[in-house]
Amino acid sequence: MNFLVQTLGTAGATMVVGLIGVMALVAVNALFLIWMERKVSAHMQLRPGPMEVGWHGAIQTIADALKLLGKELITPEEVDRPIFWLAPIVIFLPVLLSFLVIPFSATWIIRDMNVGIVLILAFSTLAVLSILMAGWSSNNKYAVLGAIRSVAQNVAYEIPLLITVMSVILMVGSFKLTDIVAAQERLWFVLVQPVAFILYIICATAETNRAPFDLPEAESELVAGFHTEYSGMRFALFFLAEYTNMFICSALAAVLFLGGWHGPFLPGVVWFLIKVYAIIFLMMWFRWTFPRTRFDQLITFAWKILIPLAFANLLITALVLKLR
Amino acid sequence: MINYFKDVLGGFYSLLAGMAVTIRYFVKPIVTVQYPRHKIEMTPRYRGYPQLIIDPETHTHRCIACEMCSRICPSQLITLDGTKFPGEKQKRATKYIHEHQYCSLCGLCTEVCPTDALEYSKEYRLAGYRREDAVIDHLVLLQHRQYAVGLPVTPIPTEAEIAAAIAEEAAAKEAKAKAAEKAKAKEAPAEEVKK
Repeated sequence: MNFLVQTLGTAGATMVVGLIGVMALVAVNALFLIWMERKVSAHMQLRPGPMEVGWHGAIQTIADALKLLGKELITPEEVDRPIFWLAPIVIFLPVLLSFLVIPFSATWIIRDMNVGIVLILAFSTLAVLSILMAGWSSNNKYAVLGAIRSVAQNVAYEIPLLITVMSVILMVGSFKLTDIVAAQERLWFVLVQPVAFILYIICATAETNRAPFDLPEAESELVAGFHTEYSGMRFALFFLAEYTNMFICSALAAVLFLGGWHGPFLPGVVWFLIKVYAIIFLMMWFRWTFPRTRFDQLITFAWKILIPLAFANLLITALVLKLR
Repeated sequence: MINYFKDVLGGFYSLLAGMAVTIRYFVKPIVTVQYPRHKIEMTPRYRGYPQLIIDPETHTHRCIACEMCSRICPSQLITLDGTKFPGEKQKRATKYIHEHQYCSLCGLCTEVCPTDALEYSKEYRLAGYRREDAVIDHLVLLQHRQYAVGLPVTPIPTEAEIAAAIAEEAAAKEAKAKAAEKAKAKEAPAEEVKK
């Protein structure tokens, strides 16, 4: 640690240590979330879920990951090789960058940028590029259809997402994530902005391509959507990115609406993680409750309901703040 | 405009109702079992393959090899054989084979049995690697079941024992017939004398 501080300076040392920590978190989080998803889905269907490997199947995911590592990386004959090869890597870039600015507690933050939330929202849009690359380069109709749906969906849902986030930012007056959390010391924004919270959760579910908005990978229609042609560890990277994306969207929800690290008795990091996993549980709950929307319903829902409601919410927030 | 909000709120309420259902199921106890380790008791009216009842008094089967079951079986799946052993009043099964792969579980064999020697088993693990795996030798199965519950195992008579029993039986019959002839011969002269 001292060696790092001497050679790279404090900021550089934080960056290196933080990135190693983030890598570890991404892996452990994905392993945990896959297990959690299987358990949640199982219990909602009155099944026990994985029980064989480890305590209540706790290391089942590690066994699955080892199996995936041992599999051959198949590159189909007529794919666009460079793009096909690059897509799973590109999907990881925004995921890792977003972790730079997420405040796990008052001090546990890699870089406290004053454009934190803009950075996360800007880079999370890059994931769409990777999905399009994967779908287009696969030379497969299902993959292309999945990619097209994904782009249309993400573009449509980005707008209400940004507008709802804006209403929170209006109240705080800062893009800095630590400022947003600090402003919620007394009162969480979920109580002040319930509509914004609901809109944010809906948009986050759509942004992470999860049911009921999982059209890009709709199993029953599109085989596996954009990652149909991917196998082995490349597929695992897409899977990992999906679960890490869930973590980021939930972390942002915890920061914006649930008061981040604030909470009694327990240390800030623990509170933050409790909130994040509570929101992830909510998203899993959605997945095992709601059937998939039709594509026209999906787009109609975004443009006719979410965007007007988000605008109304923003307008009312602005009026209240001005007249107070 | 009112319809729009009604739609949004009504839709939102339906979503919450759906989520209430799933969370209720989430906390309910699990109904499936971990199969090879835990098994479910079959219901009383479950029909597995027919099997020989272990008599609670004699601790063996009650089959008297009358062949009623083999005759009534619509698919003719039951092959059985029995011999009367010396010192016993009735015949006893020495072979009882049921080709369960074609069995329709109609239950006529269990109904027709004069000594109520057959019942439905509760066995449901009937998968095998070959067709022959479904052929059940009931006397062997009975031995396994007796061994499993700690009862004395009923021995299956060997070919030699059966042959010996048949020979003895034949000898006894012959002796009886001779005795009868003798008795007749004794009586006959007496009748002639009367004439």
